Amino acid sequence: MQRPIQFIASICVATLGFAAPAAANKVFVSNERGNTITVIDSDSWEAIAEFPGGNRPRGIGVSPDGKYLYVCASDDDTIRVFDTETYEEVWTLPSGPDPELFTIHPTGELLYIANEDDNLVTVVDTQSRTVVAEIPVGVEPEGMAISPDATFVINTSETTNMAHFIDTSDYQIKHNILVDQRPRYAVYTDDGTKLFVSSEIGGTVSVIDPLAANGPELTTKIGFEVAGVQPEWLQPVGMKVTADNKWLFVALGPANRVAVVDVESLEVVDYILVGQRVWQMEFTPGQEFLITTNGNSNDVTVIDVARQQAIKSIQVGRQPWGVAVTPD
Amino acid sequence: MMVFARLIAAFTCLFCSALGVAALDINAVVLRVDYSQIMPISRYDLIPDDLGFAGGKLADEDNQTTGNFMGMTFNTNYVAATPEETDAVLDELLANGTTLLVVMANAEDLLKITDRAGPDVLVINATARDMSVRDDQCRANLLHVAPSEMMLADAVVQFAMWKQWREVFLIQGSNPADRTLGDAYRRAANKFGAQVVEEREFEDTGGSRRTDTGHVLVQRQIPVFTQNAEDHDVVIAADNSDLFALYLPFHLWTPRPVMGSGGLRPVTMHAAHEAWGATQFQRRFEEASGRFVQEADYEVWLSLRVIGEAVIRINAADPAALRDYILSDEFELAAFKGRKVNFRPWNGQLRQPVLLTDSKITVSVSPQDGYLHQVSTLDTLGLDQPESACNAFAK
Repeated sequence: MQRPIQFIASICVATLGFAAPAAANKVFVSNERGNTITVIDSDSWEAIAEFPGGNRPRGIGVSPDGKYLYVCASDDDTIRVFDTETYEEVWTLPSGPDPELFTIHPTGELLYIANEDDNLVTVVDTQSRTVVAEIPVGVEPEGMAISPDATFVINTSETTNMAHFIDTSDYQIKHNILVDQRPRYAVYTDDGTKLFVSSEIGGTVSVIDPLAANGPELTTKIGFEVAGVQPEWLQPVGMKVTADNKWLFVALGPANRVAVVDVESLEVVDYILVGQRVWQMEFTPGQEFLITTNGNSNDVTVIDVARQQAIKSIQVGRQPWGVAVTPD
Repeated sequence: MMVFARLIAAFTCLFCSALGVAALDINAVVLRVDYSQIMPISRYDLIPDDLGFAGGKLADEDNQTTGNFMGMTFNTNYVAATPEETDAVLDELLANGTTLLVVMANAEDLLKITDRAGPDVLVINATARDMSVRDDQCRANLLHVAPSEMMLADAVVQFAMWKQWREVFLIQGSNPADRTLGDAYRRAANKFGAQVVEEREFEDTGGSRRTDTGHVLVQRQIPVFTQNAEDHDVVIAADNSDLFALYLPFHLWTPRPVMGSGGLRPVTMHAAHEAWGATQFQRRFEEASGRFVQEADYEVWLSLRVIGEAVIRINAADPAALRDYILSDEFELAAFKGRKVNFRPWNGQLRQPVLLTDSKITVSVSPQDGYLHQVSTLDTLGLDQPESACNAFAK
């Protein structure tokens, strides 16, 4: 499996890295119930290691240089940092209570962390390992995203049902957009022209124009429908957009499917059957593959992005939640 | 505290005015009628002074957090009254312009309050489970966040059927409220294909609720009381009086699971429920109130969240407009039950999943898999539209 290097220039910010000879990437999966991290080799698609990840590991990400793995150990109220080579825990970062999801500044210097219990977003300096700012947001903050130009961090709050636009220069909330019930995840297109927010209980993805003349505004909402699946189980959670801004993938939780949305027309073109309670997703650096965590079947599904087909399932630890991939 | 909230609202409204949103004050009242109560069998069921109100205050915080971003100020007045005082207290509230009223009262008083308040007041029934106020005694301005006894009974029997426990030994108390609950279980059994093979009534002979080493007699009496029943898979207790159901598990003559008022109980919330983000609800509640949540707290929280959510979505506090929106297809609310809750537009009942708890954990959640319905699987719980005698709502 060759890594097409021409894609690397335009891959998403969280995994931005320097072009290197094609090598296997490491896929890290947080197992919420098992308190472990499973490591998968992206060439062989075999699980190659499993190591302790702290208590209730959920949100997970790799530093832009690929050296460090950040894991929200929700029940430890901390972010555990692991060496991506040795899997040793190197230090912890102050996260505020019950960290769930975070987003990484493109430089890797800052983490923006949602603290579900405290209605706060905590900003942590990854070098000095200190808290830089605490930003009061809505009730039960969860989803986190950063605009491609890094001027805004987006936080979604699950009970307030809003996407908050936090200015990264002064940490003030500049805009709020009301979305459907229980917004879980936010993601920008790579060109920064669209922001998607998934609402788990509302069953929709809100499409927001972040660059509208009078400030960000809600453009439309994407709904989902699968024959034979009760509508209430179509619960959008994790999302990823391809770097060419063509395809949005939406994990539909207990519907056990990933929806494929045409970003231009905002139509759902396909539903890919994956494992049970599909939660979060991540691309391999070249975006050939998308890996989904399936919490109730204890596995991950590998989707061939170009063919929009599931090609493999890999058994991981108990109740996988988040997934991160090392850059090339 | 209130001044502080107002300042925040004024401050954040700088953003709102830029967005063309006007400031809005929302004034609601939670009216609790306090009845003389006998002691519960279990100390876990002792009634705290702030029952319901503590849940409401959490909803105020939740609503106000959103309100701060929208230029809205939520004020809730918490009022407790004895049954004798209720009319006078209500008259004063109405004179002060109350139009949004959340009520914690029995069904009889709930109807009296609703009718006295008149059609221009939106009343939300937070806690009364009686069927009549949702059926032939329904009122157009009365919405029900509390589940009905029928919904709870259906939730229990669906689980029994999922377990293939088809033969039921029904034990009900001798008070009218216990017999009504027994009817709900008989109806549920009939609806889902279970069979009540044995029925007994546990007579309320009065007396104190507990004595020192009371278990010694319980341990001898309950086996005898349940002796020689027809073969059965499960015992269901209908005990609204809190008289005997908690004594049944482990003391039955024939060892069988117990459900209903004892054993596996249907509830709207319990303090150990963690799924679907409920952990955050529990922690917020415990931090604010200093105790564990009870069902009434959750029900008042949910009632005020229904109002808050509608206000936030339509940017108005007019009771008629709120009622129309709440009963519309547009309305939806997350309630820590894994799916949206909304209202049955034909009788104003909130559709909701029901938690089944052994009092330690969430054992299951009904509706169970496979119970389907043409409108919503949540409508497999409770009275359905074709059976309804409620005519106060638009068809």
